[in-house]
Amino acid sequence: MKKIICVLGMAVVLGLSQAPAATARDYISIVGSSTVYPFSTTVAEHFGKTTPFKTPKVESTGSGGGFKLFCAGVGVQHPDITNASRAIKPSEKQTCAQNGVREIVQVKIGYDGIVLAQSKKVPAMHLSRRDIFLALAKEVPDPSGAEKTVPNPYKTWKDVNPQLPDVKIEVLGPPPTSGTRDAFLELAMQGGAKSFKWLKELKKKDKKLFKKIAHTLREDGAYIDAGENDNLIVQKLEANPNALGIFGFSYLDQNADKIQGAFVDGVEPTFENISAQKYPLSRPLFFYVKKAHVGTIPGIQEYIAEFTSEKAWGPEGYLADKGLIPLPDEERSKMREVARKLEVMPME
Amino acid sequence: MESHSGIAAVVKKTLNRRYRAERRFRRIGLAAVAVGLLFLAVLFTAIVSKGYTAFQQTHVLLDVYVDPDVVHVGNLDSADYQGLIKASLRELFPDVKGHRDKRNLYKLVSSGAGSILRQKVLEDTSLIGRRIQIWVPADDDVDMVIKGHVDRSLPESQRRLNNKSLAWVDALKEQGRLEKRWNLTFFTAGDSREPELAGIWGATVGSFYTLLITLSLSFPLGTAAAVYLEEFAPRNRWTDLLEVNINNLAAVPSIVFGLLGLAVFLNFFGLPRSSPLVGGLVLTLMTLPTIIIAGRAALQSVPPSIRDAALAVGASKMQAVFHHVLPLALPGMLTGTIIGMARALGETAPLLMVGMVAFIVDIPRGFTDAATALPVQIFLWADSPERAFVEKTSAAIMVLLGFLILMNGAAVFLRNRYERRW
Repeated sequence: MKKIICVLGMAVVLGLSQAPAATARDYISIVGSSTVYPFSTTVAEHFGKTTPFKTPKVESTGSGGGFKLFCAGVGVQHPDITNASRAIKPSEKQTCAQNGVREIVQVKIGYDGIVLAQSKKVPAMHLSRRDIFLALAKEVPDPSGAEKTVPNPYKTWKDVNPQLPDVKIEVLGPPPTSGTRDAFLELAMQGGAKSFKWLKELKKKDKKLFKKIAHTLREDGAYIDAGENDNLIVQKLEANPNALGIFGFSYLDQNADKIQGAFVDGVEPTFENISAQKYPLSRPLFFYVKKAHVGTIPGIQEYIAEFTSEKAWGPEGYLADKGLIPLPDEERSKMREVARKLEVMPME
Repeated sequence: MESHSGIAAVVKKTLNRRYRAERRFRRIGLAAVAVGLLFLAVLFTAIVSKGYTAFQQTHVLLDVYVDPDVVHVGNLDSADYQGLIKASLRELFPDVKGHRDKRNLYKLVSSGAGSILRQKVLEDTSLIGRRIQIWVPADDDVDMVIKGHVDRSLPESQRRLNNKSLAWVDALKEQGRLEKRWNLTFFTAGDSREPELAGIWGATVGSFYTLLITLSLSFPLGTAAAVYLEEFAPRNRWTDLLEVNINNLAAVPSIVFGLLGLAVFLNFFGLPRSSPLVGGLVLTLMTLPTIIIAGRAALQSVPPSIRDAALAVGASKMQAVFHHVLPLALPGMLTGTIIGMARALGETAPLLMVGMVAFIVDIPRGFTDAATALPVQIFLWADSPERAFVEKTSAAIMVLLGFLILMNGAAVFLRNRYERRW
């Protein structure tokens, strides 16, 4: 017994003898969107391998969580870069400014497509945004044509649109905390809602009510909150050919042998279509740099240079292999200039 | 006599029924155990059958000419080693023309092949100017095809590798240049976005540092608290309240400790985010109640006669506790500690809040370096889009289970070896 205590004690002493010497951080700290995470980590790894700097640390906190940490202040305990699958909101800018984070560089890195995918065992669906809205909103415009909403009566896709197959509506999607869900609501649901004239007019008159109609998903089991794990959705789709799943394009790209993307407004979600901005459900991706940290934390400028180099974010670059859809050539070179010169975005 | 035989008759009448009831109960109990074992077996088969392939990795044998024009003494560190790898691939397939095809050809081997060559050259500079044979990891897409995780009969557009790439893979295989080898990288490397280069060593070291902090804080604190509460503290309303609180804390969801850690250790004390130091502190808070409760139970199981005997021969209260009671209770306390540690090893939720759920490539070298932990690594891989991470996830689960079995086995061993029954 005494021996065991001795060994334990020694382990403790050994452990504590290399006591923590709290020093300035010598690696870049990155937080933010889980959609940008695969790209950001790939760049970080290349950066760590090809430069004398340490490999940056990348946390996947979601876009909103990222801004919260990023805007908390200036200093080594706060992150240097945050990734986002949407642009920074005015309220977040305000928080940033209040905490002394006044100089922020915004870099747009490319696009991500949001796909509605299904198993390969059935023919691909052809949906319009209007179909998606009618199938998934909690309250839909009265089918009789009156300008009011009724609780969603549709059970099958055929009820929504006679040209669609006669299968039960069953859509697996991300939870409310996800940036993918935000983008889906904004692009697909709002887009579909706007196809009704009176709802479009409502948007001008009463934006809040419009948003409530367009952004509230069904809770009767047609929309299933499948959690943040997109691989799980892929597995469920394989098992249930009638179900559709909502996730980012990179998952479709990596699992093209098992699942296919539904056509939206007649456009197939392919690399080319999203890049050409023909596919309606695509969103820009960003990262934001805290300029005050450049010079204090080693390697920030070099990391940005790596990210914005052609071998990373170009059409032939290694990020394209990971599923990032690059910016058009002109925009890319413009963004590269912004990034190289660390041009601060306006805070108002 | 009369009444005696009457009882016998009654017993005889109900005896069979009672036997039946007993047999039934035994069968139900056995069935319960069997169902449990069945689930365990399903879990293990699912994990092992998915994960065992990850311990092997497809490698490609390349003849690389270490060109002295590319690598020389002046640029050993930064030379274009990947370029040399590409050149050797071009030599193997001289017919490949065109930009697109060449790019696909280069994609057959891992993007980490260059750094393996670099390591080799750095170790032995005499290789410069020579032609060497070297095994480098194949790309994860090739690996998946070789391991049969991809259906080759699918149309070209639905596969990650096109027909030409598959033909090259087959050609390499025929020449004996493609081989599944023991995947050492998996045990020695940190995380990576390329599945063929990803390993669990970084996470293991992170877990080790975190648990060291947890152990070195929670064991002494927990033991001291248990000894005081059990042996010295007066029984009154305050200690009752304390006891209720400790029992409560043991049942609090672990994420709450993470939030506490975020508020106290990171925001108030300003300790470094994502470090094993903070992770260990948070897990200490989480395991303390478990250890205290186990410790008190162990102390309670020491019979009062031991204390009385010590006091009777003139030992002070403290001597009685430290010379006699504590040594007898220690095996039980250690068992509790090990079980608490095993729980801490499997925990992710509180680490999420203090920033240990992160992509970290470099192996942590101290308590304040950014680090991640084994279960976190599993969580991160499970969420990665690349197909090859599926088997990596299962393999990492197997490693974690191995550690857990080891720790719980140690607890059982300690109990059997040192526990005294009274």
